[in-house]
Amino acid sequence: MKSKNVIQVEDLTKKFGDFTAVDSISFKVNQGEIFGFLGANGAGKTTAMKMLIGISKPSSGIANVAGFDVYTNPEDIKKNIGYMSQKFALYDDLTVKENITFFGGIYGLSRKQIKEKRKQLVDELGLQKIVNELVGSLPLGWKQKLAFSVALLHEPKVIFLDEPTGGVDPITRRQFWEMIYKTANNGTTVFVTTHYMDEAEYCDRVSIMVDGKIEALDTPKKLKQQFNAENMNDVFLKLARG
Amino acid sequence: MSISVQHISKSFKDVTALKNISFDVKEGELFGLIGPDGAGKTTLFRILTTLLFADEGNAIVADFDVVNNYKDIRNHVGYMPGKFSLYQDLTVEENLTFFATIFGTTIEKNYELIEDIYIQIEPFKNRRAGKLSGGMKQKLALCCALIHKPKVLFLDEPTTGVDPVSRKEFWEMLKRLQQKGITILVSTPYMDEAALCDRIALIQNGKILEVDTPQAIVKYYPNKIYNVKADNMYKLIKCLNEYKHAYSVYPFGEFVHYTDKRNDFNPEELHLFLEEMNAVNIIIQPTETTIEDTFMELAK
Repeated sequence: MKSKNVIQVEDLTKKFGDFTAVDSISFKVNQGEIFGFLGANGAGKTTAMKMLIGISKPSSGIANVAGFDVYTNPEDIKKNIGYMSQKFALYDDLTVKENITFFGGIYGLSRKQIKEKRKQLVDELGLQKIVNELVGSLPLGWKQKLAFSVALLHEPKVIFLDEPTGGVDPITRRQFWEMIYKTANNGTTVFVTTHYMDEAEYCDRVSIMVDGKIEALDTPKKLKQQFNAENMNDVFLKLARG
Repeated sequence: MSISVQHISKSFKDVTALKNISFDVKEGELFGLIGPDGAGKTTLFRILTTLLFADEGNAIVADFDVVNNYKDIRNHVGYMPGKFSLYQDLTVEENLTFFATIFGTTIEKNYELIEDIYIQIEPFKNRRAGKLSGGMKQKLALCCALIHKPKVLFLDEPTTGVDPVSRKEFWEMLKRLQQKGITILVSTPYMDEAALCDRIALIQNGKILEVDTPQAIVKYYPNKIYNVKADNMYKLIKCLNEYKHAYSVYPFGEFVHYTDKRNDFNPEELHLFLEEMNAVNIIIQPTETTIEDTFMELAK
């Protein structure tokens, strides 16, 4: 099977007045790939991600996500991607069941599909006992795992994860990454940002942004060779500190 | 002792936030409270900074009782909460002046203490705090917490959500403050930062798991850990979990940390098993126990 580019970006740029937040970045992400999108705070990651998920129009350049153009078809992009961030994921005042039903509806699933998906999701995560509890009462790790599964309800081609594991305990963090591996293995592309450098090692390829530009992009193994570094933390420090 | 925590418990309705917590922090020590969100770190900080009463137990900070001498404590400690709590509508300089005035001092009087942090935000001293970047807000908050020259500094998750470069710089600042004689209690969910403390307490679900130096705490880990690697990480983890002698299987960077149930574990046997499962480029080698391994084992 020919590998397919699910994300294609060429010279993508975003300017706010005189300030260039994203400066002509180019990269491609394959189907089923785990792509790590790293950078220091303020390097332009969030701005770049907003363009890719169709909620911010680029100043110039090309971006194609899940087969759709970010300029002309942002609504189609939103239907074909999943998105989860640490800051917002689920409604705390709705129960587990209500959240699944609500997001299933938003993503345009039928009642029958929602029911099936809900059962599948609850079984997989072992949530039977807490399905009628408010999401706000769950431990953070549970919330994040549930949010990830909810973002996959409509079987998107690519899922964007913005610091999905911040503050999560180390065991749950690893369970979360096992879910990511499984998802990628099933053919969904995973685009993930993180500040945990051990998690960068779990990615198939990693890009590192510095001041709006992508300064490095390769497999973790090759990046470590290129920068003569012992681990990804060293690679990051060498690049971002200059 | 600079901080002494004695059998502190605290509940909110039916949620127990802290269960019988005890530990001491020595004068001039850089002490880390290491644990994930929801472990009870913030509740403990609020009790020690006199903002919250404990249900049981007592605590002494800088020789003062947190209940009876709360006013004295407030004059002698600096507190930087996890959530940015300065005045967003005041400028950098106004915030700093405000906090100095409240504590009956001036910026000039204690400038030496904050100088190397403040010069980094000085170019923006006329900018409103709400308009600063995350890293600059953090530096301003630290300056405000230091401006009255506290004996003890409480930092609640100062590096959460902060990139590795800024995290490193922040810890270098803490080391310099420690050298000026300030006792520091800092909390973090990042296990790699634990190694930078003099001593650490591992905390989970309101309970202290262990207190020791970062070097010594790994001795509480019972097993020998092996680094295992093969071409497909996902399949490797699956295979290892299926191996009937596996005790624990956790990804750690480019390797999987593997421990075996048997005392007489022979890596060759595991190698053969993985070969049978069609794993390619197998590496199995003994490795050192990390603080994160220890935390995960104790938290089980």
